[in-house]
Amino acid sequence: MTRLVYFAWVRERIGKGEEEIELPSSVVTVADLLNHLKTLGEEYEAALQYPEVIRVALDMEHVEHDEPISGAKEIGIFPPMTGG
Amino acid sequence: MTIKPTIRVQHEDFGLQAEVDLLSKGKPDVGAVVTFSGLCRDDGGALMALELEHYPGMAEAEMTRIGDLAIARFGLLGLTAIHRYGKISVGENIVLVIAAAPHRQAAFDGANFVMDFLKTAAPFWKREHGKDGAAGDWVAAKDADDAARDKWQ
Repeated sequence: MTRLVYFAWVRERIGKGEEEIELPSSVVTVADLLNHLKTLGEEYEAALQYPEVIRVALDMEHVEHDEPISGAKEIGIFPPMTGG
Repeated sequence: MTIKPTIRVQHEDFGLQAEVDLLSKGKPDVGAVVTFSGLCRDDGGALMALELEHYPGMAEAEMTRIGDLAIARFGLLGLTAIHRYGKISVGENIVLVIAAAPHRQAAFDGANFVMDFLKTAAPFWKREHGKDGAAGDWVAAKDADDAARDKWQ
């Protein structure tokens, strides 16, 4: 099981802040994961409609979309940061 | 002795002078202290507050990583970065960065570097709350912030 955590408008559109899901073995990279999530329902599709703007962190470290997920325990999915 | 940044993510407000004292007290080699505080600003007169969301754990980890980079790159003698979360009214503090160095240029550059990376890499998001009481839009990320970060590369 992999823990997914969502923030800001990604969290709002999906309708939950976190969940544990079993990922199919075909999901290798971050891009694969985003594509897979989009198949889970309308709310995921709405949140991930423009995957190029989505930021992803594996175990709390920023990664690019071509990075392999390789055993990450927690994957954060969120919009570009706007703090400061 | 390795200098570690002081990093805090908290809802509570901070006191600028108290944090400067904590950072520079007992350090006779400090010749320059630069402080930056970012406030909740209302450009158009319709904003009541900003709501700051963060990724607990990752926010602290990213700020620490950025702080370590700044200390190494500019030879800082001390660095404090505090970022608030939750609802913050217009006029209130959001963020504080303090850089201490032997000379002013390193202190200015260190504080500037930390803010440029904090804005683009630390996992915080802002949402507007209007005076009409309605929760409004999420603030969009700015290309200008990415450009400000990239100038350090």
